[in-house]
Amino acid sequence: MPQTFHLNKGFNIPLVGRALLEEHKISQPDSFAVKPSDFKGLVQPKLLVSVGENVKAGDPLFFDKGSEEVLFVAPVSGEISEIIRGERRKIIEIRILADKKIEYKAFKKHTKTDINNLTRAEAIAALTAGGIWPSFIQRPFGVLANPSDEPSAIYISAFDSNPCAPDMAYLLRGKEGVFQSGIAILSKLAKGNIHVNLDASEIPSVFSGLDPVNINKFSGPHPAGNVGVQIHHIKPIGKNDKVWTIDPLSVARIGTLFMEGTYDASKLIAITGSEIIHPHYVKTYSGACLDKLVAENFKKTNARFISGNVLSGEHVGVRGYLGHFHNQIAVIPEGDEEEFLGWMLPSFKKLSFHKAFGLFSFLIPKKEKVLDTNTNGEQRNFTISGAFEKILPMDILPTYLFKSIISNDYDEMEALGIYEVIEEDVALCEYIDVSKNDIQAIVREGIELIRNS
Amino acid sequence: MKLLQNLFDSIKPHVEKGAKYEKLHTLYEGHRTIFFKPSLTTGPTGVQVKDAADLKRVMFTVIVALIPCLLFGMWNVGHQHFLAIGVVDATFISKFLLGAGQVLPILIVSYGVGLGVEFTFCVIRNHPIEEGFLVTGILIPLVMPATIPLWQVAMATVFGVIIAKEVFGGTGMNILNVALTSRAFLYFAYPSQIAGDMVWTYLGDQVAVDGFSGATLLSYGAAAAANGTEMMAGLGGHWYGGMFDFWNLFLGAIPGSIGETSVLMCLIGATILVLTGVGSWKIILSVFGGAWVMGMIYNLAGTNSFMLMPAHYHLVVGGLAFGAVFMATDPVSAAQTETGKWIYGFMIGVLTVIIRISNPAYPEGIMLAILFMNVFAPLIDYYVVEAHKKRRLKRATI
Repeated sequence: MPQTFHLNKGFNIPLVGRALLEEHKISQPDSFAVKPSDFKGLVQPKLLVSVGENVKAGDPLFFDKGSEEVLFVAPVSGEISEIIRGERRKIIEIRILADKKIEYKAFKKHTKTDINNLTRAEAIAALTAGGIWPSFIQRPFGVLANPSDEPSAIYISAFDSNPCAPDMAYLLRGKEGVFQSGIAILSKLAKGNIHVNLDASEIPSVFSGLDPVNINKFSGPHPAGNVGVQIHHIKPIGKNDKVWTIDPLSVARIGTLFMEGTYDASKLIAITGSEIIHPHYVKTYSGACLDKLVAENFKKTNARFISGNVLSGEHVGVRGYLGHFHNQIAVIPEGDEEEFLGWMLPSFKKLSFHKAFGLFSFLIPKKEKVLDTNTNGEQRNFTISGAFEKILPMDILPTYLFKSIISNDYDEMEALGIYEVIEEDVALCEYIDVSKNDIQAIVREGIELIRNS
Repeated sequence: MKLLQNLFDSIKPHVEKGAKYEKLHTLYEGHRTIFFKPSLTTGPTGVQVKDAADLKRVMFTVIVALIPCLLFGMWNVGHQHFLAIGVVDATFISKFLLGAGQVLPILIVSYGVGLGVEFTFCVIRNHPIEEGFLVTGILIPLVMPATIPLWQVAMATVFGVIIAKEVFGGTGMNILNVALTSRAFLYFAYPSQIAGDMVWTYLGDQVAVDGFSGATLLSYGAAAAANGTEMMAGLGGHWYGGMFDFWNLFLGAIPGSIGETSVLMCLIGATILVLTGVGSWKIILSVFGGAWVMGMIYNLAGTNSFMLMPAHYHLVVGGLAFGAVFMATDPVSAAQTETGKWIYGFMIGVLTVIIRISNPAYPEGIMLAILFMNVFAPLIDYYVVEAHKKRRLKRATI
């Protein structure tokens, strides 16, 4: 019997430009890139390819010094065109000039019986070699999972509650079979349950009849779809716990890897945001360059191109590349203009969680709004109290947690819940903060302090 | 608007880093951001959009909530003046204008001096101009009597801003409520201009009518307790009949500090603060609750007539309502945990009544009660947070 969790706290951001459930054919981008920075907790990426080499989809590009068996692989076949490095030769992007027709590296194919007979070690070896492993994220800390650990459970959030988020069932259309195979592999990895966490309002067919999983239902506003929030309600974790999380698309990829023997990096991307003319889905591969994905489909305004959603995505620009975990592009107006008395004039258009004087958006909460990238104010000390507590659906005192991080107080951070959160879980706190602090960055700093202590 | 932007743009090169007046950069930014919401955008990572509310708007909301008290205070200064000199047919307008003539200079001095101090600190310490003083600047006049000498307003403001706020690191870092610290400074340094029966009513160069007394209900109470007389009966002998009727106390046409007298206006302000979510209804409610409960306890113990004053009178006299709505809710100096807010507010109410009744030296207790609880707020929060941590630990190990 699935357990249902009703979350009351949170906030839905009604952003203009939700994608219609239709796939639009595009000409594929020429350029793809893998960004080591998409994966948290890497020690030092070591390249396995050099510029000019040809790779197939699934060929390894680099590994991390921290766990050398985990390979990070090419999403498409083609020629390594460029390796972008930053300060101290840190690898920023490994760019691939894609072939017109993708060639796949052949991995071992398995039948259903083969999968059933696989041992844990064999499964892990295939996952690490097959390039899927980097999608396993360890909680606490939200870092790359260590293949030598045995997690007590694996959690999959099967819906995304972020602004204009893609429809997970639509992304997984036609992948029901491989998704089930993926689940079968996952069940070999964890000591305990595989939790699939669904939106209580509707159960898409792809998630019905899965075995062996534990189904949990969640209702309520964003961040109900965040896996960290879900874990907190299902079984909170502490210092000595280790659980893994994985996104549904990667579960399907696991299935494809074992059943068909290919690393299939194809995915549907929701093209969203107020500056997009026709918000819809397009099919491409992980790490695609944004330019062809939006093509002419955006208003020629001063816009910002974001890989991911507007709360935890990354501003990459129209020539930037899609992040590994992102199934969405958001294009919204830049807000780099002054507004006369903008801090004071009344408005129905400006979205606010607060109801401070003149901000009337709360009267029409469902009305979709155009939001720009303006910070709507300058950074200040934390001043007001009680707001973060109203928006974070976790038994955590956010203000005290953030302050303990700022003051580098390790004991306080531990006691107040640093193990239970990552950036995306506090993204709404950052959004509503009237003092305009970079709370996601603060939380990551705290996590790194604890990890390295 | 372009004109104003151009004006600022023309100043900008002179205050940028390396320019002659670079020290004044923070002043330039501060003023520009008053006219224009800045063009800052979110960073490459982290949230890409931010809430429309900022600290300026939050502070502005408090100012809006204070306006009823300010306007009523102006009228009441005039009203009390004409009552005292025996002019019964003064018009609303003449009362208001006379009051405004007394109140506005105090307001101007408070803002002028306070912002001057603030700007100086911003330039010296090179931190941005913060919005906290926008509210403090109006709170200070509202807790002063209309007869306060302007130089004392200036002194108090300087003391409050520097000692209560800037030495701790500016808005958001202070321990005590800034406006109340200013008032407490005057209260202890120059008591004769801010306490006693003669300071609440502005007479100007007029002569009061025979039998006039500027006493407040609380000073009646203190006197009754000291002399062993019947307080509530004594009220009937007041020179102006009906002055201390419950509903007149509630409406606030009584002597007192400029903004504090009208409970009705405070409640209008409270409604604005609570509906906008800027003020904590838990604190407001629990201050009133604490005062009433303590009043009831005194009623039961009752050994003198002041103790026997009906408990609900405590809610409408003195500065309790103003303190509860505008001072106790100051989010920086109040308790910050939700449970803590209940305890903090309740204790303010309790202490206020204890000081009123049991300490004859201080007829009104709300100022000291709030300052006292400001000091204790971090301790309350500490225990609430410790309890939270214990609970967290428990659920994690199950």
